Amino acid sequence: MENFLYIALFSPLIATLFSALFAFSKPLKFIGFLNSTLILISMISSFYLFSYIYENDFAIEIFLFDWITIGNLDLSFSFNLDHVSVVMLLVVTIVSTMVHFYSIWYMEDDIGFNRFFSYLSLFVFSMLVLILADNFAVLFIGWEGVGVCSYLLIGFYYKKIKASKASNEAFIVNRIGDMGLMIAMFLIYWNIGSLNFDIVFKTISYLDNFTVLLIGISLFVAAMGKSAQFPLHTWLANAMEGPTPVSALIHAATMVTAGVYLIIRCNEIYFLIPNLSFIIACLGSFVAIFAASMALVNNDLKRIIAYSTLSQLGYMFAAVGVGAYSIALFHLFTHAFFKSALFLGAGNVMHATNGNLDIRKMGNLYPKMKATAIIMIISSLALSAIFPLAGFFSKDKILESVYNQNYLILYITLVITAFLTAFYSFRLIMRVFFVKANYDEKNSNIHEAKSLAIFSILPLLFLTIISGWSSKYFEEFVTRLLPAFTINLNHEQIWILILIASFTSIFGILFAILKYKNSQTKEENIGIIKNILLKEYFIPKIYKAFIVKPYYRFSVLLNRYIEIKLIDNTIDKIGYFVYNLGAKLRPIQSGNLSTSLRLMIFGLLSALLFIIVLLVY
Amino acid sequence: MSLNYYLILSALLFFIGVFGVIRRKNLLMLFFSTEIMLNAVNIGFVAISKYYNDLGGQMFAFFIIAVAASEVAIGLGLLILWYKKSGSLNLDDLAKMRG
Repeated sequence: MENFLYIALFSPLIATLFSALFAFSKPLKFIGFLNSTLILISMISSFYLFSYIYENDFAIEIFLFDWITIGNLDLSFSFNLDHVSVVMLLVVTIVSTMVHFYSIWYMEDDIGFNRFFSYLSLFVFSMLVLILADNFAVLFIGWEGVGVCSYLLIGFYYKKIKASKASNEAFIVNRIGDMGLMIAMFLIYWNIGSLNFDIVFKTISYLDNFTVLLIGISLFVAAMGKSAQFPLHTWLANAMEGPTPVSALIHAATMVTAGVYLIIRCNEIYFLIPNLSFIIACLGSFVAIFAASMALVNNDLKRIIAYSTLSQLGYMFAAVGVGAYSIALFHLFTHAFFKSALFLGAGNVMHATNGNLDIRKMGNLYPKMKATAIIMIISSLALSAIFPLAGFFSKDKILESVYNQNYLILYITLVITAFLTAFYSFRLIMRVFFVKANYDEKNSNIHEAKSLAIFSILPLLFLTIISGWSSKYFEEFVTRLLPAFTINLNHEQIWILILIASFTSIFGILFAILKYKNSQTKEENIGIIKNILLKEYFIPKIYKAFIVKPYYRFSVLLNRYIEIKLIDNTIDKIGYFVYNLGAKLRPIQSGNLSTSLRLMIFGLLSALLFIIVLLVY
Repeated sequence: MSLNYYLILSALLFFIGVFGVIRRKNLLMLFFSTEIMLNAVNIGFVAISKYYNDLGGQMFAFFIIAVAASEVAIGLGLLILWYKKSGSLNLDDLAKMRG
């Protein structure tokens, strides 16, 4: 059984290394197929592992080798597959398999085809390391690996200055989160003396409250960085500079889900600090509505979807905050499928319009791209939580659990967010596919994606449609490990909640359809509120003015006074001293033998004197 | 005759050698001075060896004599070559390796 885990974990790495060999040669299609097949193998073994764990109810542990053994620190490179990580394993491998196959089509004209696949597989591998780790140190490797890969992939078109800046931003902002994780690791090791999950979670309840709170906060900062929660959210929308399959992977399976996964994994810690959990729930709800509001007015196809991810991550954190870990994981599970389908659909659109992303310059694509349109409509319906689709079940559960805890304000916020989600999702659909076209229809070359692309989205679409129904089994499966969350509501209340949520979503969709049905894409005058939303609440500007610029000025000062005047000067002085000493001693090397002999004898005598002095004292 | 006389003689001879190495400018004279120094050491070795009834010192003296002989053989050859080349054995004319 361990062998299957090895296969699942290491076949992406093999794919990476193999395609890295061809990184500088010209695009080879077979690299794409080989990588995709290796990830597919990983997916198949994940299914097998899942069935094994489902039947035997038994976590698989594998020990690779001792890693760091110094003093009391004993870290081993070992992995653990339990009920939570197997779910993540499934999500990651399914989504990344589809994304890989899709990328063969999407990247076929790109010069960096092989390089792209190398990065993409490494991304999957890092994420697998992250979710399978059985101690914080191995998790940290995966955590950093994901960060590096996101940097490489967001900046994949490195000749574009914007892409390069976006990748830098993603990397630097994530660094803050990584700092949080490191502090948490230090605190844990300091107080417990081990980084192993089992030992840490068993002994954490013996620590005093303040330490646990500190650990909880640091871990949450880490999660905030990776999952792009409020103060650290700016990178997520800018990360859209990367190729579209990467966006699908980042938003559905890797990277942003890592934060949620970390908190779910550490649920024992958060169980001890309910106040922090409440703050997490509040922040989650806030991010949900905050991101949704920005998505309302944005005109960039991919950015809208990015904000919707941010908003859905907010939902997940809200669920985590109220203690409904299994429900948060379920939302992560379903969200992965419809969000990746949505992104890949957007990739089709982008491909068809030659990279145009402005939804104001689209419209009436439906007759030409029926398959893509249907894919995007179904996944948007799932995103807006419409009944038989996956999003409905998970989102509804989150709303119920928040209501169950009597956090009425949070509940209302999330319901409003649901309305906004439905509205902006269908604003996007209407603008792209149905309103009157706003481009030169005759000269443009709008075409449907190749069948390879469509077929690789179909499994995701299929899962989007059916995965919601597994709600009950899913809950039963993961609560064997995670604490169960009981909803103390009677049948009527649940029905009322479901109806409220569904009607708000349907109302949002209808509102969007009615608003954009006859809309002419004329230049709209931008109101104050719209302007604020378009500028993302001026947060990037504030960051620039209050953090980036002062820091830049500070660095300039440091350069001018410390670097040049102090450090450079000191180093130069040392150099000059040695040089001058050499110049002074140059006459010794006169080449005259008798001078040398004299010096030799002088040296001999002084050595003798020295020895005598040493002997006397 | 006590050991001290021999040792004093050895020291005197050695310092004569050292003085020669420092003062003399002629390469040939330098060779003589080194030979004097080596033989001064030999006297010391032999005297101490006799004093302690240990043959090691005398054997060492033989080694030194052998080495000094070969050194002189090669050194004189080099000196002759040098003299043919430059026409002088003055040390101060020999400074070809100025730094």
